[in-house]
Amino acid sequence: MILDFTPILARWQMLMDGAWLTIQLAVATTLTGFLLGTLCAVARRSQFRLAAAVAGTYVEAIRNTPFLVQIFLVYFGLSSLGLSLSAVTVAIIALTINVGAYTAEIMRAGFDSIHKGQWEAAETLGLSKVQQYWHVALRPAMERVYPSLSSQFILLMLASSVTSQISTEELTAAANFIQSATYRPFETYLVIALIYVALSLAMRVVFWAISMVIFPRRRRLGTNL
Amino acid sequence: MSIVVLDNVKKSFGAVKVLHGVSFSVAKGQVMALIGASGSGKSTALRCIDRLEQIDSGRIEVCGHQVADPGLDLRKLRLDVGMVFQSYNLFPHLTIEQNIMLGPVSVKRIPRPEAKGIAAEVLAKVGLADKVTAYPEQLSGGQQQRAAIARSLAMQPKVMLFDEVTSALDPKLTGEVLRVIEELARTGMTMIMVTHEMNFARRIADKIVFMHEGKVHEQGGPEILTAPATPELRDFVSNEL
Ligand SMILES: Nc1ncnc2c1ncn2[C@@H]1O[C@H](COP(=O)(O)OP(=O)(O)OP(=O)(O)O)[C@@H](O)[C@H]1O
Ligand SMILES: [Mg+2]
Repeated sequence: MILDFTPILARWQMLMDGAWLTIQLAVATTLTGFLLGTLCAVARRSQFRLAAAVAGTYVEAIRNTPFLVQIFLVYFGLSSLGLSLSAVTVAIIALTINVGAYTAEIMRAGFDSIHKGQWEAAETLGLSKVQQYWHVALRPAMERVYPSLSSQFILLMLASSVTSQISTEELTAAANFIQSATYRPFETYLVIALIYVALSLAMRVVFWAISMVIFPRRRRLGTNL
Repeated sequence: MSIVVLDNVKKSFGAVKVLHGVSFSVAKGQVMALIGASGSGKSTALRCIDRLEQIDSGRIEVCGHQVADPGLDLRKLRLDVGMVFQSYNLFPHLTIEQNIMLGPVSVKRIPRPEAKGIAAEVLAKVGLADKVTAYPEQLSGGQQQRAAIARSLAMQPKVMLFDEVTSALDPKLTGEVLRVIEELARTGMTMIMVTHEMNFARRIADKIVFMHEGKVHEQGGPEILTAPATPELRDFVSNEL
């Protein structure tokens, strides 16, 4: 087998555009997914039965269906409602819904790990429930589950590949186009595999940098909570 | 004038009856020691006073708040009551200063610079002026407990509740925490402390309440520790010393 990368590298710009959209999708849905997931974790733990049940149903529904099917459901669901949204918007919605469910489970474990005494100390100081989550529970919970959390968001970036199925022009979609134009599928997917590896490693570095900012205690003392 | 009143308070956890009609009262500026064997319901009584537990029947009044009232504004109750726990419960991700400022800033809405001043003041009171930027895990148990007392003091409560705050400490560290509490007592703070430190209770308490099997079995001045009226208190005191 002779490998020939020249026709692929000739379309380098297209790959870069695809990678850039992949990065944008990853960043946007990491933020929205974290927000949705954390709110669902709080809802699942709350004493409001209805909120807990709604959040629980959502989490289980998402964790027990394939992501591709979820994308199609969002895509065709929204269009049958008469909403004509761009492929990127649909991708962001579907990715958020998907990662939000997994994040909810991770954050729930994080909040569950906060000792009862911490909540009681906050309670006796007069903090409201929202303040207890915000000031007392959120950062220690995140710090404990941070490895799972960052892995989940890297998986999310990789899973954004599937949105090529609704013609979002991200990295995998670019590869699909290039391989059909060049008849060099192996080389094409090998190149984007390497780009995905580079993106994953870059995300690890970014998550490490974020941890240095949001966990000052850890930065200063280097110990685990 | 009583600041804390419990009147025939009953409390069960499921089928387990813990408080079988507890009554006592604490006057303003009084220091009360709540003593009794393990499982007699001391912690439960204390937690009911701050509504960490809701009672089944009876009445609790704290600084004019009807504590059992389901419509009670809990925030107002907690502004008047400070609580210190056996396990310190400092927030591990916050520095000592941040731990202390959290309540004043987010509950009382005191501006940060002013809250910083309050933190410095209460830390000086407990002898930790140099620990402002330390994290809880960098402190000894005794220092952590003093920081927890400072955190509670920063809210300027009218009553403070202490639940075996020295039980996790060795004798030397116990001494430094007890000195802080003694100093607080001298400044006229109203306090209810659950303690196994009988000598300490005898020295600083104005009133001793002895609980036995979910009831107040005997109460009086510190002299009841040396001259108990009931055989149960006599047994308890001789076991503790
Ligand atoms: N949340 C709870 N659920 C069930 N039972 C409880 C709960 N809290 C306390 N109890 C029970 O109530 C009884 C009294 O407990 P409490 O903690 O008030 O005793 P105590 O006098 O503080 O004892 P100690 O000196 O060991 O701290 C015990 O039998 C305990 O098992
Ligand atoms: Mg107890």
